[in-house]
Amino acid sequence: MIVLEQVTKRYHSIRGPIQVLKGVDMTVSMGEKVGIIGRNGAGKSTLIRLISGGEKPTSGSIGRSMSISWPIAFSSGFQAGLTGRDNLRFICRIYGQDAAEKLPFVQEFSELGDFLDQPIKIYSSGMRARLAFAISMAIDFDCLLIDEVMAVGDAKFNAKSKEELFVKRAHKAMIIVSHNMNYIKTNCTRLYVMNDGRLEHFEDVSEGIAMHNKMMAN
Amino acid sequence: MNGPMPPGLGGNFIEQWAVQRRVIGALLMREMLTRYGRQNIGFLWLFVEPTIVTLLVAGIWTARGLNQFSDIPIVAFAITGYSAIQLWRNMSRRCINAIEPNQALLQHRPVKMLDIYLARMFLEIAGTTTSFFILSVVFSLFSEQISPPEDILKVVFAWFLLAWFSMGMSITLGALSELSSLVDKFWPPAIYILYPLSGAMFLVSSLPHGMKEIVLYIPLVHANEMLRDGFFGSHFVAHYDLSYLIGWCMGLCIVGLGISRLTVEHRLS
Repeated sequence: MIVLEQVTKRYHSIRGPIQVLKGVDMTVSMGEKVGIIGRNGAGKSTLIRLISGGEKPTSGSIGRSMSISWPIAFSSGFQAGLTGRDNLRFICRIYGQDAAEKLPFVQEFSELGDFLDQPIKIYSSGMRARLAFAISMAIDFDCLLIDEVMAVGDAKFNAKSKEELFVKRAHKAMIIVSHNMNYIKTNCTRLYVMNDGRLEHFEDVSEGIAMHNKMMAN
Repeated sequence: MNGPMPPGLGGNFIEQWAVQRRVIGALLMREMLTRYGRQNIGFLWLFVEPTIVTLLVAGIWTARGLNQFSDIPIVAFAITGYSAIQLWRNMSRRCINAIEPNQALLQHRPVKMLDIYLARMFLEIAGTTTSFFILSVVFSLFSEQISPPEDILKVVFAWFLLAWFSMGMSITLGALSELSSLVDKFWPPAIYILYPLSGAMFLVSSLPHGMKEIVLYIPLVHANEMLRDGFFGSHFVAHYDLSYLIGWCMGLCIVGLGISRLTVEHRLS
């Protein structure tokens, strides 16, 4: 279970405080696929960072009784000067996993070949995304955070990563942030619509999407 | 390909401690590879660099004849003084603005802000301590200039206190630097003022009355005096107050941890 209760997040800026989240409640149970939609700047990514634990809420509580991934395919935690292999080793060390055991999968899935031993700074953005996705899949979590993951990679890789996520990990809980309504409709069983720092819950995904579309039209 | 569940995301104290050790270890390796790479001597630079700096300074101080005012062994004076300077200087520098380039790492739940500081500080402690150790041993064995430390335990304890003090100071400055960009501006010049004031370049006993009392407000002076007392205490009268120094070490650690807690909550994204 992940349980958010009255979570708020305020950032300090030169022009004073900015209230990004204004009291958010949310629950995700084992194996559930939950979508989050909302316009740009509504606070979706902030919410994901709070759930992942990258930042702390200003007030409210976040309870976690299952292991939660970092945002999948998130590559900015990589050290550009290090090789793909070294970055894999680093992530494995953090999560207490054996890098040697994970290497064959990452090597094969990322299709990087000899580039795995080159520093990441010379990678193309596609290569970087493939590595990030492969490393994300190498560590096992109960709940996967998916923040616009399908925006990266070519069609072939997208198909492959969809298979990896939604077929091979069909039993995992997922929190999916996307602007792609088809993607949300296909993969989510419940939906939260984020609007101006607040979350509205919809048991019926289509109903939530309709609500969101109406808001976007205004 | 699915390994066991990543352990320790939460859990009890012992488990969390195991996670933290693992994370700090991973950060240490990452930091070493990033800074020194695998080319030429690689991570050996960690202590070769401070060793070279200390040797150069020792050479300059000897050449300038700083030993003219007493029978103090000048090389030992330089090695203790400059190793100490490098310890607190490098540690504080590495902690200031340490989080921003590593912010993305905090998306990984096991990684805490403090781990980033600890990893960076341990790396500096390891490098400077190794350098200090090698210089002490080599000069004790092969040089007429230095006799072996008179009280090795005291040297070790003084060095430990120096590292502890530097940790408290570095965490404090590091956490403050996340709250205000002024820290990054004022600290480099402050370092240059602290060089002479830290006690690395004088012995308290050689100062005139009045000055003695003033410099003894500076905790680093106590650490330097103690370090040298252990090294060549029979050559001078050391001035230090252990409880004053330890009080500062504890105080700075508490303040530093407090501010970093605050920083976690108030950090700009």
